[in-house]
Amino acid sequence: MGKKRLGLIVNPVAGIGGRVGLKGSDGAEIQRKALELGAVPRSNERAKEALAVLSPIAGDVELITYPAEMGEDVARECGLEPRVVGRIESGQTTAEDTRRAARAVEELKVDLLAFVGGDGTARDIYEAVGGDVPALGIPAGVKIHSAVFATSPATAGELVVSYLGGRVSRLREAEVMDVDEDAFRRGVLSARLYGYLRVPFRRSLVQSLKTASSPMEEASQSAIAAEIVGRMERGCLYILGPGTTTRAIASHLGLTKTLLGVDVVRDGEIVAADVGESELLELLRGAQARIIVTPIGGQGFILGRGNQQISPDVIRQVGKENTIVVSTSEKIHSLRGQALLVDTGDRGVDEMLCGYVRVVTGYAEEILYRVSCSGKT
Amino acid sequence: MEDITRHRYEEGKPRLRRFHQARWDEPIIFELSRQGQRGILVPEVEDEIRDQVGDAMASLPDYMCRKQPPGLPELSQPQVLRHYVRLSQENLGTDVNIDVGQGTCTMKYSPKINDALARAPKVADLHPLQDEDTVQGVLEIMYRFEQILKEISGLDRFSLQPGAGSAAIYTNVSVIRAYHAKRGEGERRDEIITTIFSHPSNAACAKTAGYKVITLYPDEDGYPDLEALKVAVSERTAGLLITNPEDTGIFNPRIEEFVNVVHEAGGLCSYDQANANGVLGITRAGEAGFDMCHFNLHKTFSSPHGCGGPAVGATGVAQELAGFLPVPVVDFDGQRYHLNYELPDSVGKIGPFYGVVPVVVKAYAWAMSMGAEGLREVAEIAVLNNNYLLQKMLEIPGVCAPYARGKRRIEQVRYSWEELGRETGVHSEEIGLRAADFGVHYWTSHHPFVVPEPCTLEPTESYSRDELDEYAAILAHVAREARSDPELVKTAPHNSTVHTIDPTPLDDPDQWATTWRAYKRKVQQHEE
Repeated sequence: MGKKRLGLIVNPVAGIGGRVGLKGSDGAEIQRKALELGAVPRSNERAKEALAVLSPIAGDVELITYPAEMGEDVARECGLEPRVVGRIESGQTTAEDTRRAARAVEELKVDLLAFVGGDGTARDIYEAVGGDVPALGIPAGVKIHSAVFATSPATAGELVVSYLGGRVSRLREAEVMDVDEDAFRRGVLSARLYGYLRVPFRRSLVQSLKTASSPMEEASQSAIAAEIVGRMERGCLYILGPGTTTRAIASHLGLTKTLLGVDVVRDGEIVAADVGESELLELLRGAQARIIVTPIGGQGFILGRGNQQISPDVIRQVGKENTIVVSTSEKIHSLRGQALLVDTGDRGVDEMLCGYVRVVTGYAEEILYRVSCSGKT
Repeated sequence: MEDITRHRYEEGKPRLRRFHQARWDEPIIFELSRQGQRGILVPEVEDEIRDQVGDAMASLPDYMCRKQPPGLPELSQPQVLRHYVRLSQENLGTDVNIDVGQGTCTMKYSPKINDALARAPKVADLHPLQDEDTVQGVLEIMYRFEQILKEISGLDRFSLQPGAGSAAIYTNVSVIRAYHAKRGEGERRDEIITTIFSHPSNAACAKTAGYKVITLYPDEDGYPDLEALKVAVSERTAGLLITNPEDTGIFNPRIEEFVNVVHEAGGLCSYDQANANGVLGITRAGEAGFDMCHFNLHKTFSSPHGCGGPAVGATGVAQELAGFLPVPVVDFDGQRYHLNYELPDSVGKIGPFYGVVPVVVKAYAWAMSMGAEGLREVAEIAVLNNNYLLQKMLEIPGVCAPYARGKRRIEQVRYSWEELGRETGVHSEEIGLRAADFGVHYWTSHHPFVVPEPCTLEPTESYSRDELDEYAAILAHVAREARSDPELVKTAPHNSTVHTIDPTPLDDPDQWATTWRAYKRKVQQHEE
């Protein structure tokens, strides 16, 4: 067997804005401001922590990376001998360089594309190469709303080793999300769902000897879909938020869901696809309706991140009792006991949604789980 | 003369054991088969005997006789003996190691004398279809053991029929279902509530019985969430299935309130006492208001686990529910013991005959050898051992005991190596494989996979302080290695029989085979 190919792209300015309170590092202006404030980029040290774990398999892997601070430097610091492609203006790289690097690396048919950065970097990777290349985020950015990042650089390195070594073979679709940093600095958080990257997935936290198996994510999703479809009533509108679990509900009905948008289903048909708030309010007039949402991103937001079309007015009209939360238990467990979050932009609606919610986690399976307003966690 | 014990100590402290396990590369027994190989051939019956007895096989009904001999492997007796002795040497079984690493399973030492009793012909040669007049002794044991369980639980009637903990939970769910059905509420009450750290068999059995399962998560302090329970109950609540202490070793201090909330909603409460080893003689299900409970005789009551084999999940209920138990139960009229099949609302049979009688015999013998005071002492020592080990474990950098932090535990602890994992990339399962290099068993934990990088240790009352020190020293050593030489840990075991296996086929039906025949068929299909 030939060597496995690993792509590595470092966003050299990722995380630069964080420690100086700039809530992100997008754009040359902010990066300059951050440097003036004495910020030190974190991506290099983060990348080093991840690459350190790689050393035992260095001989079996061909590392393909971009020049200088976009990967080459850190690879050499770690004693690896990378194949370097592309050209950059060192010290002046932008998001466009990340996208170019992703395309260049992808053309060389890498087995896995590892990137060091934050949400903006994940978005650049996704926009450049789409969701087909197996990819994995090494967290270094300020904003980590996307679910494509490992929990730490060392974990990322270990996952890379396991995946390239064949010990982890599963991939799952994880959300690429990003917030509008300008709005964030003004105190408004508006996260959008941009797409999905396929990331290696350790089946469960451990391999247990006592249990034969833990259900795969797709199996859990289709069990959830069977439960929800079984509950559907004639004439009722079902507002399906974005997400792979809500997509499974549509698939169960034989429908194709808009992956990133909100679709409305009634009597087994899509009555409106990829709708915005005003269209939803229009449809809701005089109609009985239910909202079905699932946590989006890695932080457990069920409303207000990536599904803002389901606005406070929409939620108020449909009512808390008609808002159904669905999630695989694996996703709930990844929250590590932290509550599910809502941040709709309307204090009253957020408070209405707080408390306990029944989350559908499978066929005839629910859990009771806490929901908090994001400000109160 | 050389001091042959010196290498075991360093500065007066014991060193880690220099262990190396046998590796026989032993073939599967079917591979060893050669046509015509035979064991010990019993001589033909002499004519004089045949003349007296006739054909001993003639009484066998025709339908019970095989037309074709079974496809068993053909081996000589010494080959069979060697084969299984070798396999046993490749095991880290409970009789060769400090078996505290299989938490939730209560791997206490089972005195061999109790095995001998159960193997004695007076027990082993009994047939379940014998007339009850001829089995008064064993019925008496069952009856007397029931009285012991009643005393320990504070409940009123027991069935020893369920053949496992899960079978017992299923029995209790069946009783809940029959109870509501009798009151005309069976349709409406379709939800069972449990907690995420109750043994997962509770959720599984409720689901098997057709219930919708509502699972509660810990509150912010790491205890079962009473507020969540209050939100969960309704007129649809059939019952609560709960383990206490939970599989984290955390005792639910508000258990009585849990029971009250469910009772007020009209549901029944069932206490999974699989973790009873730390509360024997200290708390009782009856006092907390539970309607039913079960004990695993193969855990708390010392009859061995039998490799997932014969067990008893003794199921107890309060008086109002006694009529729902599986049949038969053993009654005593002051003179004779009877098998009573006439329970008015019985859920029927949950297993064959009367349960696994040899397991009951072992448990009875063990309980009698302990006495009431001794049973309480079991719990006290089990808790002491566990909290001692907890203290030793928390001295190891990189491990913690999540939930209810800083509080003591009952008889086990679910630890997390998350910090060590994050810093070193070494996973819990790899720590366990490295621990095997020092001759001890360790496993991660069963699902739900909520605690990251978990391991569950349960030292029971059977191990001495020295033994707990040895176990903790091994894990401390492995944790140090994870920092100094993570590859050494990640490529472990090095001194053991099987080095690593690929776990992925475990949940792929195309790749697993539980019989030789299935294995051959799947290999052939794969080749085609």
